[in-house]
Amino acid sequence: MPTIRVQTEDFDAGAEMAKLRAGNPAVGAVASFVGVCRDRNDGESVATMTLEHYPGMTEKALAKIVDEAMARWQVMDVTVVHRVGELKPTDQIVLVVVAGAHRGEAFAACEFIMDYLKTRAPFWKKEQTPEGARWVDARETDDEAASRWAPGRKDAA
Amino acid sequence: MIKLLYFARLREDLGTSAEDLTLPAGVTTVAGLRSHLIARGGTWASVLADGKALRVAVNQDMADPTTAIKSGDEVAFFPPVTGG
Repeated sequence: MPTIRVQTEDFDAGAEMAKLRAGNPAVGAVASFVGVCRDRNDGESVATMTLEHYPGMTEKALAKIVDEAMARWQVMDVTVVHRVGELKPTDQIVLVVVAGAHRGEAFAACEFIMDYLKTRAPFWKKEQTPEGARWVDARETDDEAASRWAPGRKDAA
Repeated sequence: MIKLLYFARLREDLGTSAEDLTLPAGVTTVAGLRSHLIARGGTWASVLADGKALRVAVNQDMADPTTAIKSGDEVAFFPPVTGG
């Protein structure tokens, strides 16, 4: 049963990884990704970042992405934790953990979840810079990363 | 009546996060609703103008211009997402 959480509090990646595979001797691989707030973006220094979401839809969109990953790859369980509210450089933003029998499927599912999260889950970042506050623009490279997974693409896993 | 929600840059530019709207006669799709809001003029016209990159969700599912809208729906307008 996947775990999806949107929260202001920080998370403990190690504890989440341990919890995901606890008591399951069929798990042979745990792949994880942690996204972290950087101190620079698009040439500006970032003092703080505020993350906004759409309560209800965000959780639903994440659950749908995770369901899709679990249907596509042989993985046993997934945890996604995404923070909202005010964050500063070095703070953790997002965690994806995938437990499966083998690493290939776990890595692929983890990367797919992140690529889809970046383009489909309703979160928005606003950065405070010395030049003032600015909303972060969506990146084309994120759309390209997500489109690699489209069915029929030669390089899709 | 439908519930309208605005997020992120749209919420700030429009100066509102939510409103209840009696579905105007003849508005049956996302595209129709967008045109109706643009017809308010001023900031509405500039923020929601055709060509502006924005996303729409109906009842918390991503929608496109042809998605149907009926009374009781929750419709959200927001910029392309930037999480992760």
